[in-house]
Amino acid sequence: MSLTPEQVRRIAHLARIETSDAEVQTTLDHLNGIFSLIEEMQAVDTQGVAPMAHAQDLAQRLREDAVTESDRRAAFQAVAPETEAGLYLVPKVIE
Amino acid sequence: MLNSSLKELAQALAGKKISSVELTQLYLDRIARHNPAINAYVSTQPERSLAQAKAADARIAAGDIGPLTGIPLAQKDIFCAEGWLTTCGSKMLANFVSPYDATVIQKFDAAGAVNLGKTNMDEFAMGSSNETSFFGPVKNPWDQSRVPGGSSGGSAAAVAARLAPAATGTDTGGSIRQPAALCNLTGLKPTYGVVSRWGMIAFASSLDQAGPMARSAEDCGLLLNAMAGFDPKDSTSLERPVEDYTRELNAPATAKPLAGLKIGLPKEFFGEGCDAAVMAAIQAAIEQYKALGAEMVEVSLPNMKLSVPAYYVIAPAEASSNLSRFDGVRYGYRAPEYDNLDDMYAKSRAQGFGAEVKRRILIGTYVLSHGYYDAYYLQAQRIRRLIAEDFVAAFKQCDVILGPTSPSTAFKLGDKAGDPVQMYLSDIYTIAVNLAGLPGMSLPCGFAEGLPVGLQLIGNYFDEARLLNVAHRYQQVTDWHGRAPAGLE
Repeated sequence: MSLTPEQVRRIAHLARIETSDAEVQTTLDHLNGIFSLIEEMQAVDTQGVAPMAHAQDLAQRLREDAVTESDRRAAFQAVAPETEAGLYLVPKVIE
Repeated sequence: MLNSSLKELAQALAGKKISSVELTQLYLDRIARHNPAINAYVSTQPERSLAQAKAADARIAAGDIGPLTGIPLAQKDIFCAEGWLTTCGSKMLANFVSPYDATVIQKFDAAGAVNLGKTNMDEFAMGSSNETSFFGPVKNPWDQSRVPGGSSGGSAAAVAARLAPAATGTDTGGSIRQPAALCNLTGLKPTYGVVSRWGMIAFASSLDQAGPMARSAEDCGLLLNAMAGFDPKDSTSLERPVEDYTRELNAPATAKPLAGLKIGLPKEFFGEGCDAAVMAAIQAAIEQYKALGAEMVEVSLPNMKLSVPAYYVIAPAEASSNLSRFDGVRYGYRAPEYDNLDDMYAKSRAQGFGAEVKRRILIGTYVLSHGYYDAYYLQAQRIRRLIAEDFVAAFKQCDVILGPTSPSTAFKLGDKAGDPVQMYLSDIYTIAVNLAGLPGMSLPCGFAEGLPVGLQLIGNYFDEARLLNVAHRYQQVTDWHGRAPAGLE
């Protein structure tokens, strides 16, 4: 398979990564190279093989829905780009 | 002192031959002298390190001495450490001072170890050469025109250059073992779930695993004792009894300490694709193992060649999900100018991530997108099972598996940087181990044209203690692991 520039623009949009027209072409070449490697998988008959998501096939452990952490909002917001009154600031979303 | 084992350092500290402050200062001075050339560390905080060392000395004076009390260690910059810059090798986190400690960092603190600094790495651990770091490439101390391997290349170079006695790494597709091989270190990736991933910045969560990088199997065992253990904060951490991973190492050395051990040699590791000089060192190691009493058995991992394609679906898929958290809102880089919220996300991510990270996010986004999920992601997970089943079958015939860690010695800086596929293929011998979730290690087994060659040992699930012993017995009769690069006095 081979990706088109349109597809690269579409996935870049889905991934929220701004990509210029010049970058689309280089990205396309690199991705097509990588997908030609990935395509080696397609020839393998995997009918009846269960997908493996975890090395020990274990389900993820659940915990009690209980408060276990102390309030460290100030420490966590100290590393934020912009905050006000304990809130994260972002550009206006609703006009 | 620079070539002492961790055990010897602990004895020197306990016997008051040296203080932790003196030992820490010795390494800080070496870092100040050599790091500008090697670029192994992204950040140091000498005052903080020395304060930890002082506290360790107080513990030692009070008789509260553990195997790592007062020992300085380098931490890969993927581990969050409170009050430390934690960059993950990325512009995205270039200003991120962590407000909390990773479990691994907490455990080393509790053991009384000293944090010497945070080591350079491929951006978000995506790379095999350390060239994708926002903070510039790390130089291999054995030849500074060459790469140290990656992604834990800063940790590897730091220990090889004697800028730290030992270090931590993480391994998603070979990121502990391959740099260990290229820098003449001993490194261990434990069984998936043995070391907590909490506070370790996520790349591919079903594969990521932290482990030690040091100058011997014994040192690795001591570090793993501190790192391993159940952590309720990591939903994939395994609830298992506490182990002493060094328990087999103290048995007396006999003429044939590995008598009865069956070592599997997968024919796929010994075919074409591996440099002849690397293979010659591996063959010599096999002869050494026979002399130690081990029996060689031919095994097969028929689906191993599919590990690279399957990995480059699974790892980017998980990465694209994990890295969606970097949006310029709660922490990390935010673009200086943007039109609206969506534009802020797209510009912050475009400017904050490097080219390789973006490529992997795009691959991951594509293989998870509507209409492609079954053909790529599910197919890769099915192949993952075939690969894991190959190992299960092989371990019915042998106790450990042996082969090369990397198909070549350290390559030149820039040689593969422009060709992602060639770079990916340098992990051909390590990736399958992550997909199966098995423990694997690399240890020095010789040199080719002055460059270190790494021998890979792969164990069955939870067989770290045996792996370390198999490496230790080899290190008792060889001196490859003790050799240090020249010119770094």
